[in-house]
Amino acid sequence: MRKIAIYGKGGIGKSTTTQNTVAGLAEMGRKVMVVGCDPKADSTRLLLGGLSQNTVLDTLREEGEDVELSDIRKEGFKGTVCVESGGPEPGVGCAGRGIITSINMLEQLGAYADSEKLDYAFYDVLGDVVCGGFAMPIREGKAQEIYIVVSGEMMAMYAANNICKGILKFAESGGVRLGGLICNSRNVDNEREMIEALADRIGTQMIHFVPRENMVQRAEINRKTVIEYAPEHPQADEYRMLARKIEENKMHVIPKPIAIEELEQLLINYGIAA
Amino acid sequence: MLLRHTSEEIATRSALTINPAKTCQPIGAMYAALGIHSCLPHSHGSQGCYSYHRSTLTRHYKEPVMAATSSFTEGSSVFGGQANLVQAITNIFTIYNPDVIAVHTTCLSETIGDDIPQIVSKARDSGAVPEGKYVIHTNTPSYVGSHVTGFANMTKAMVDYFSGKNGKKDKTVNIIPGYVEPSDMQEIKRLTSMMGIKTILFPDTSNVLNGPQTGRYKMFPKGGVTVDALKMTGSSMGTIALGLLTSGPAARALDSKCKVPCEILNMPIGLTGTDIFIDTLRQVAGVTVPDAINVERGQMIDIITDMHQYFYGKKVALAGDPDQLVSLVEFLVSLDMQPVHIVTGTPGKQFEKKIKELTEHLPCNVNVFAGSDMFMLHQLIKNEPVDLIIGNTYCKYIARDEDIPLLRFGFPILDRVGHSYFPTVGYRGGIRLLEKMLDLLLDRKDRDSSEIEFELVM
Repeated sequence: MRKIAIYGKGGIGKSTTTQNTVAGLAEMGRKVMVVGCDPKADSTRLLLGGLSQNTVLDTLREEGEDVELSDIRKEGFKGTVCVESGGPEPGVGCAGRGIITSINMLEQLGAYADSEKLDYAFYDVLGDVVCGGFAMPIREGKAQEIYIVVSGEMMAMYAANNICKGILKFAESGGVRLGGLICNSRNVDNEREMIEALADRIGTQMIHFVPRENMVQRAEINRKTVIEYAPEHPQADEYRMLARKIEENKMHVIPKPIAIEELEQLLINYGIAA
Repeated sequence: MLLRHTSEEIATRSALTINPAKTCQPIGAMYAALGIHSCLPHSHGSQGCYSYHRSTLTRHYKEPVMAATSSFTEGSSVFGGQANLVQAITNIFTIYNPDVIAVHTTCLSETIGDDIPQIVSKARDSGAVPEGKYVIHTNTPSYVGSHVTGFANMTKAMVDYFSGKNGKKDKTVNIIPGYVEPSDMQEIKRLTSMMGIKTILFPDTSNVLNGPQTGRYKMFPKGGVTVDALKMTGSSMGTIALGLLTSGPAARALDSKCKVPCEILNMPIGLTGTDIFIDTLRQVAGVTVPDAINVERGQMIDIITDMHQYFYGKKVALAGDPDQLVSLVEFLVSLDMQPVHIVTGTPGKQFEKKIKELTEHLPCNVNVFAGSDMFMLHQLIKNEPVDLIIGNTYCKYIARDEDIPLLRFGFPILDRVGHSYFPTVGYRGGIRLLEKMLDLLLDRKDRDSSEIEFELVM
């Protein structure tokens, strides 16, 4: 089983990209589990066709320690296994601790056991690696492979570079590696070239360039992935392509985060000056 | 030789404490809260925290220490402790019915950022706090400061929550005694009543943690400052705060909240400290010092002059809390003793500066460290041996290994009694300290003297 974590700046399209990619892998016949690590619990909405799931932490709170796997797992598009960590309401408690608790609980309950015959486990993690809890999915023995969703906007690239710093810390002591950057296009000038250059500086690859397409929003309103909602649409093929590239990816590196000056220079070279 | 691995060579340490000379904030907060009459301290955190705090206080005072806990679980750490605290407040008022619940936080609830006033107002809205009952709080993360900080914070909370003005100035003086024993609080009240001064002493743990055995258990003993008295503190004509660190914050808060002028003094330990305290009381209350107090002072001076030769030049190592150490060092210097090693676990550069000022005229080098530990004290002693150690029970390991007499003083004292009943503040307290030091020094002299030197009369 390959365990993959998806990081990226808030609002960049991590959940949308993850679920569409997972749908692509599922179409290829792979058995995939998606673990949403966001207190909003909206990481599996498109696969499930709605937000109707009991989260791990809600269940833990209501049932105590006596939780069963069937209480928290739900089957989504083409047999994908969907789990949401959940977490506290905004402004209270500790969401980071929530992720730690919920991943530990899943392991205890045997969600990753060989008997589950999983090909992939995807962690969809909220925003930046702000504290130890949000780095839980990349601790030793958890996800070995990370993809960062990014766009050509300054803050998204800045966040991607920051996440690389987090990965670097864990990569030095363990087996976690960066698999590449996924560019979720915002139609910024020279976006493809800029992200390719950024990937190059960090020492990785831009694994795929996902073009901006209104069909994604249309499918989302209908609570579906593009692959399910409009299987013939060219955008569906983009996600299938991304799924295949991840399946075949052999490039797993320890990232080399760059200095902020270098990042700004990159923007000047490709953005304003071009 | 339990500490045989302690080496003479002092290496620079940046991130290591060995045998700490302090304990954590909630212990101080819990102790202060017990000084309010009919108050149940409440620890907002996991059970382990509160059982440690209760047992440490119990071991020191040899009294049952009552407190409650929010009893955090994995779920509370993630979702926040609101549900637990609201439930706790409901249960406590229903079952134990104290006048006040004094909530302090712990590392866990601080780190996840629980907002106690918001939770308490939620509890109040839901009717969990009966009419005429109070819930007060303070924040006590243990990774900041020490038990001294926690004590100061809870004492300040008493001002923040209760102190008010009734429009006129009463002929009352507030006294904030600092982190001292119940016996010391009793002694301060005895002195002020001898001077005929009406006082409000807060917190006041006398008759709470040094009460008599009556054969009948009372959850809320008769001691402690009442809520009504605390409310009146804003109308007093002045405040005397004893100890910059432990009492300063509350005194200043009372000054800015209710315009009650404050005098922040060193603790009245030793001759000078007590002189200044008595004189300040005299001025603030506008009274004369009665003869009976002058007699006590005279007795203390008599002992000092009679036995001066045995104090003279004796080297002392001290570990403890900053406010106590400042007064103690001043006392030892006045006896012509040489406090050569002084260590506190509580951080604060101000402390080091103050000690250096007090000892600058001594004919010896003085080592003083704030935010340090017992290991450092031991190393210092190995480099320059002393005649006496003054500190809490944890010093007994050093005393045993180095064969040096130990005067138990400070918090905690886990292996002797007496501190709850006999004060060390005031002239009487000074006499007790003199007696204890002499006993130790002269016993040692008797033990070590040759047959020719062995004296009948000393």
